[in-house]
Amino acid sequence: MKQNLKNARRSPWSAIAVILAGLILTGSGFAAATASTSAASESPYTAGQVEQGHKLFLSNCASCHGKNAEGTANGPSLYGVGAASVLFQVETGRMPGAISGPQLEVKPVQFKQPEIDAMAAWVASLAPGPAAPTAAYLAQKGDASRGGQIFRINCAMCHNAVGAGGALTGGKYAPALTNTSAAHIYEAMITGPQNMPVFSNSDLTLADKTDIITYLQAVQTNPSIGGFDLGNLGPVVEGLFMWIFMLGGLVLITMWLGAKSN
Amino acid sequence: MSDKKNGLVKPEDAEFDYSAGLAKVDADKFADPGIEPHRVRMTDKSVKHEKAAARQVAGLFLFSIASSIFAIWAYFGIKVYSFDLNSIRSNVLFLGLGIAFGMLGIGIGAVHWAKTLMPDAEVSEARHQTRGSEETRAAAIEVINLANEESGFSRRKLIRRSLYGALALFPIPGLVIFRDLGPNPGDSLKHTMWAPGLKLMRDPSGTPIKATDVQVGTVFHVIPEGLAELGQSEATYDEMIAQKSKAAVLLVRVDPAILMEAPERKDWSYQGIVAYSKICTHVGCPVALYEQQTHHLLCPCHQSTFDLADACKVIFGPASRPLPQLPITVDKDGYLIARSDFTEPVGPSFWDRKA
Repeated sequence: MKQNLKNARRSPWSAIAVILAGLILTGSGFAAATASTSAASESPYTAGQVEQGHKLFLSNCASCHGKNAEGTANGPSLYGVGAASVLFQVETGRMPGAISGPQLEVKPVQFKQPEIDAMAAWVASLAPGPAAPTAAYLAQKGDASRGGQIFRINCAMCHNAVGAGGALTGGKYAPALTNTSAAHIYEAMITGPQNMPVFSNSDLTLADKTDIITYLQAVQTNPSIGGFDLGNLGPVVEGLFMWIFMLGGLVLITMWLGAKSN
Repeated sequence: MSDKKNGLVKPEDAEFDYSAGLAKVDADKFADPGIEPHRVRMTDKSVKHEKAAARQVAGLFLFSIASSIFAIWAYFGIKVYSFDLNSIRSNVLFLGLGIAFGMLGIGIGAVHWAKTLMPDAEVSEARHQTRGSEETRAAAIEVINLANEESGFSRRKLIRRSLYGALALFPIPGLVIFRDLGPNPGDSLKHTMWAPGLKLMRDPSGTPIKATDVQVGTVFHVIPEGLAELGQSEATYDEMIAQKSKAAVLLVRVDPAILMEAPERKDWSYQGIVAYSKICTHVGCPVALYEQQTHHLLCPCHQSTFDLADACKVIFGPASRPLPQLPITVDKDGYLIARSDFTEPVGPSFWDRKA
């Protein structure tokens, strides 16, 4: 038996057999891997959710986005915006929009979570688009300092270096990120809501996004060593504080010095 | 006598002597109001108030003593641990507050003392004459003459002239250091690192960008190929900063239908992907606040707003020129590359910039 095995190993067929075995292994492994990823990118929603979502859409959203989500003059098409966009817009209360203005405001959430998920399911069923983030990206286990570097290059000009927000043109503004959940930060980057540019995964990789989320959560818990941070809004606020309270105080002291005693 | 008929006043009838260039002020225009009437203070009228004021002054001095002791305690009592910024902050903050209140207590106490308890009768004290008496002036001249004679300042020509020379040369080194304002930067303000064929790289990772990576509505912060490598060595780090401050680029993809491109710039973009200098033409801040729906680019420093779809023309704010466009195309592997350097100097105006 042992001798047979030895002979078999020396046979020219053995090399072919080994290569074949290797090919089959890697091939089926790859197939399994791609099957699992395509399963993951396949809709995680049930047919019932899609149907419920469609009904909710028709009664709540179709007036602006059109009966088939094709978009109207008052609202964009929702083809390809993905579940991530629905979750971001509805879970933060931005959608359904109350009035048309420079920018949709954050307001109390108008739907229950299962309803939001159902609408996301229906919109995701229309055309491929960014899906909801998986927990791994939101665990804030990234590199906060690298995240800070990426944030300062890509995000800080609008959202402020520590995410305190800032003004844009014509009454628009970049909101503060101090109370934004990790999932909403992710969804905003991947979908580019309203005037925010899209930061696709080919622009900021998933690792970049994880690092940014980690950074934003880290700066929230970071103590302000310099004392009162005045909302982290930067030199304008700090200058105003100095003008009003410091110079004002000096003026009052000067007036006291010059006044006669009662 | 004034000529009432045509309203003219003859010079000899004028109330003032007119002279060329010097106005004459009427000395009696305003009457001296004198010292205002004396107001008697509460502390002069009532012993109770006087004692209260005395207690307040002493209280302020005691507050100063307590603050100084507090400052000493803060220095020794609040331990500083290396790398613990909180402990350093507390130590320095409370030491400083103690010293500040120590001084403030003395100052406010002294002023309060003077205002409430010291005599407050108004007195006027005339200034003494500015001009000295004739004797004083004569004595001063005598001293100067004597000094001249004893030092030999007028007599010793060599010493005097060499002193003049020394005094004349002494300020020259102060002027020479203005050389540090130069030398002229030559062409370095007119060119950037961009060159034909250089790949557009992501900032800060320095990875190349494929045209297919850039979706509509996406913004990429871009540096030229090779810049990230400069930053990795300490020797070239400063060079990296200098180059990045000129070569930073914002890459955006918009719907090609909304791009208003001049005929000569038709081939500067690639399927709606456009690249513009990130350096504001006003004073050089990084312009990167991109609004994807309005395709406006806003500079955060002075609110200059550029329309990215219309060749980055200024639509609001103090900037006077559009942002320079970087001509781009793709190479055979699909990576975005520069067609050339910017065709005009980037950033704010400078002394010999043409137009």
